[in-house]
Amino acid sequence: MANDATTSMHSEVVAPHDVHEHPWYQRHHFETAEQQREAASFGMWLFLLTEIMFFGGLFMAYLLYRNWYYDAFVSGSNTLSLFLGTLNTVVLITSSFTMACGVWAAETRKKGMLLLFLGITLFLGFVFLGIKGIEYKEKFDLNHVPGAHFDISEFVNPPAHSHEKPLPVDMANRTQIYFSLYFAMTGIHALHMIIGIGILFVLLYKAWQGVYTTGYVQPIENFGLYWHLVDIVWIFLFPLLYLINRH
Amino acid sequence: MAHQVSSAHNAHGHHDPSNVTNPEHVEHHLVTPMMYLAVYGILMLGTALTVGAAFLPLGDFNAVTAIAIAVTKAVFVVLFFMHVKYSSRLTKLTVASGFFTFLILVALSLSDYISRAWGQW
Repeated sequence: MANDATTSMHSEVVAPHDVHEHPWYQRHHFETAEQQREAASFGMWLFLLTEIMFFGGLFMAYLLYRNWYYDAFVSGSNTLSLFLGTLNTVVLITSSFTMACGVWAAETRKKGMLLLFLGITLFLGFVFLGIKGIEYKEKFDLNHVPGAHFDISEFVNPPAHSHEKPLPVDMANRTQIYFSLYFAMTGIHALHMIIGIGILFVLLYKAWQGVYTTGYVQPIENFGLYWHLVDIVWIFLFPLLYLINRH
Repeated sequence: MAHQVSSAHNAHGHHDPSNVTNPEHVEHHLVTPMMYLAVYGILMLGTALTVGAAFLPLGDFNAVTAIAIAVTKAVFVVLFFMHVKYSSRLTKLTVASGFFTFLILVALSLSDYISRAWGQW
């Protein structure tokens, strides 16, 4: 019996590469391409779980400080542009839609469509970051960035035309906590967008080479999962940061 | 005996798909662009609703409404854009455990803060 096992193991080792048919992208440690795909998807989801917990800590901090310094959070939130925030939400959800269509194009092996959808997704990613940049610049111009130059005057003495209620000085200083969370959460979200855009360039190039329209869909699918998760994070960030109390 | 084992391997090749008995062996489902378009419409509607609801004087229910709409939108993204509705039980369980762990993070942390020094910050 020991001899059997030895022979069996030996035949495993020397099996030539071309003894059976399998797709070119299937790695040798997987029994089937489908098993490989499932493993890749599972692995991607495990990574996304760490992302959920990573953003989760920030959401937790947000919930706590919003409960503690609600008035400061309302005043800080209402300095954000509702128009630009809504526009960016539409831009990002649209990019998620085009990315989902990109996965479909890869699965149905339509190279032109795949390039088109990845291209639109990439473009919308840049639009999102551009709008975010405009919003950040306004915060810097108004000295609403936490730190030594933070200006609380707008919160202590709201302009006559605004509907904001004046805050006491200590509560007005708490708006820095709101803006700290605003910059941390939207900044890390934007960092994910920048990383995603970088990966998209690579995917576009390889898609142009025809790599992903031969049945090899995993990289497109897994990138889609990443892009959608970034979209989900924004779906929560938008109402929590922009829409605390608008009436 | 040894010879039979060896020839069986040669006949089947290096890999043996029939050897795969793991439960994640699910049929692959293709989601169509029309389905994506329908989900996109729902997400746009949700965005309009959440902006509109923010202007209603609902008191504490403003936050509840905003989070409820966001959760609904996220569920649609996860189920359709991320294909979880058509995924294996392993993937479904993985996704569910991730969000459940996040809820533990929020629930236990907030209950700790709520039960100590409330009103003294």
